[in-house]
Amino acid sequence: MQFERKHILDMDTLSAEEITFIIDTADRLKEISKRPVKKVPTLRGKTVVLFFYEASTRTRSSFEIAAKRLSADSISISKTSSSIVKGETLIDTARNLEAMNPDIIVIRHSSSGAPHMLAKLLKTSIINAGDGMHAHPSQALLDIMTVREKKGYIKGLRIAIIGDISHSRVARSDIIGFTKMGAEVVIAGPLTMIPKGIETLGAHVEVSSDDAVKKADVIIMLRIQKERQDTFLYPSDREYSKVFGLNLQRMKKAKKDVLVMHPGPINRGVEISSELADGPYSIILDQVTNGVSLRMALLYLISGGIRNVDAD
Amino acid sequence: MLTLIKGGRVMDPGNIDGIFDILVDNDRIIEITPFERSESNAHELLNKNNAIRIIDACGKIVVPGLIDMHVHLREPGQEYKETIETGTLAAASGGFTGVCAMPNTIPANDNRQVTEYILNRARDVGKVNVYPVAAISIGLNGNKLCEYGDLKEAGAVAVSDDGHPVSNSRLMRRAMEYAKEFGLPVISHCEVIELSAGGSMNEGIIATRMGLAGIPNVAESIMVARDIALCELTGAHLHIAHVSTSQSLSVIRDAKKRGLPVTAETAPHYFTLTEDAVCGYNTNAKMNPPLRSAVDRDAIREGLADGTIDVIATDHAPHSILEKDVEFDMASNGIIGLETSLSLGLKLVEEKIISLSVLIKKMSSNPALILNLNSGIKKGNIADITIIDTNISYKVDSDSFCSLGRNTPFNDWEMRGRACLTMVGGKIVFENMADS
Repeated sequence: MQFERKHILDMDTLSAEEITFIIDTADRLKEISKRPVKKVPTLRGKTVVLFFYEASTRTRSSFEIAAKRLSADSISISKTSSSIVKGETLIDTARNLEAMNPDIIVIRHSSSGAPHMLAKLLKTSIINAGDGMHAHPSQALLDIMTVREKKGYIKGLRIAIIGDISHSRVARSDIIGFTKMGAEVVIAGPLTMIPKGIETLGAHVEVSSDDAVKKADVIIMLRIQKERQDTFLYPSDREYSKVFGLNLQRMKKAKKDVLVMHPGPINRGVEISSELADGPYSIILDQVTNGVSLRMALLYLISGGIRNVDAD
Repeated sequence: MLTLIKGGRVMDPGNIDGIFDILVDNDRIIEITPFERSESNAHELLNKNNAIRIIDACGKIVVPGLIDMHVHLREPGQEYKETIETGTLAAASGGFTGVCAMPNTIPANDNRQVTEYILNRARDVGKVNVYPVAAISIGLNGNKLCEYGDLKEAGAVAVSDDGHPVSNSRLMRRAMEYAKEFGLPVISHCEVIELSAGGSMNEGIIATRMGLAGIPNVAESIMVARDIALCELTGAHLHIAHVSTSQSLSVIRDAKKRGLPVTAETAPHYFTLTEDAVCGYNTNAKMNPPLRSAVDRDAIREGLADGTIDVIATDHAPHSILEKDVEFDMASNGIIGLETSLSLGLKLVEEKIISLSVLIKKMSSNPALILNLNSGIKKGNIADITIIDTNISYKVDSDSFCSLGRNTPFNDWEMRGRACLTMVGGKIVFENMADS
């Protein structure tokens, strides 16, 4: 298959075939990160700009490491270190960056649709590293990759996503991605955090989080966004962890081979107890490891995938 | 100088409808005569007076000048978005002979000096009549009443804190009681801030899919219900601005049934578009209240048809690229409307939602009635007249707009019907008869 996309903006636009192709590519690239010299010359001479308008540890370092392992030159710009603090608009900043002829701009932004705006305006390839509450395609892809790696397949699996669905771009992209790959996605959480019409993305709303846990093959817990507490979404961390959190008590009802995932950063003791975050069901750190290969695959495929990685 | 508007279908709902000639002397209508009988008259006049201008209106509709009672002219303070000159030029080209200037200028129109400034500028550079709407509260802050007596004397025709709801119910009550004293209608922007805060489009499936925070219908309808309750308490004339939801309509319909002095307006985008227009993060489909669901859009159409909505007003809100070429949630609310409103209204007529005479009522007679303006095609009246060509087809080209704003979701739309001549006080301020 020839990968012909110029941008990776969301999961809506990717087909199941393309998703599989990206993950297959990531699987092949994974070995590079295990070498003593973790570097191939595949993207030598390519420039990748990491344009992060919003705080990020995992995604940003993951993209940066991915770029470096493929020998691309990467530069990182954050909101506070850029001219945005001087009042420059996103479009102006992006046009200026483009004037320096980068090959790929990876953007994280707090406004939904910001990467789409850049994709429309610029000639450079855009990879969305998370926009507002809208999409986080590289996270969804690495989640699918990790589940496939552990289970061997995706089709027919029951994926439970529990927590603040409303404000989660990961939830939206995971629902779309896993559904496209033939999994059944159920969501659970307080009704204050279940957005209107989420079923249209393909998910079923489960009333009780106990039921969601009981039947799941994979449980994805979402971070409770403490900064949103003033909008009356939930009464307290204490009650949240008791009613919706994943703890040993609730896990007793789960399948024996269930997988526990979390996009991070986690609030230990709120949406997930430490025993489970660090326990045998948890594949949270596998997600992070796979994140690097998955992002290597994205950078490689978006660059045209001209040079054969295996030959390098 | 004499002007003869010849052979048009003169339509002033409730007053006149038929083929007439209208003779205008300087700024006033001096004669309205049935077409057939006026042939000789015209010749007579022509013989007597060479300075007669004849406008051939055969096949056209001649109506009392359209009035848009909800316009942001942006002057003073934001002349880079629009000026009184460009805004009234846009009004003239859209067929409007009068516009209400909303008070959210910088400084706000909350005192006599600003009202007078607007009227002076309108007199000096304006193309159409400008009717200033004064603020309900000082600085539109919702804390202290403005001097309605002084403002009315200066020329204000209504009061409104448009753009900001009056959250304090006691202040709204006093505003209505006090405005009643001066016969000023209170125009209410109905919004419960606590319910809309953070939202940038209608709450629903599209917002969920696009990852945008939503504004629920109740953010509007709760406030409509409150203001109607206050209207019942005070007996003041309440005019509800830019109605967008089916629930608001039910409350207004019920209030009207009970005989309360409530009137209401909607904007062309609410009866034309739905939230779907936002897809692709189109900031030219972002306004407040937001575009709603198809159910709401259909309810608005029904409200126009059954008379629950009295007025079509544009909420013309020009913005520059500084406010619109940005991330969706950071973009300013509002779209321009003066140069597309009539065509979109005529679409309703074509789709048989309302009749042409009802459209003219909602775009001319009713606003005049609400604002206590003397208008209408009558002998002795000031000649504020719009001539409409209902047959001309054209494509909207926002680059050709007179407005400084380009923020319209209707660019490239195929339209049928538009104004071909606008006359204000006997003076032709816009003419495009050649294309017609």
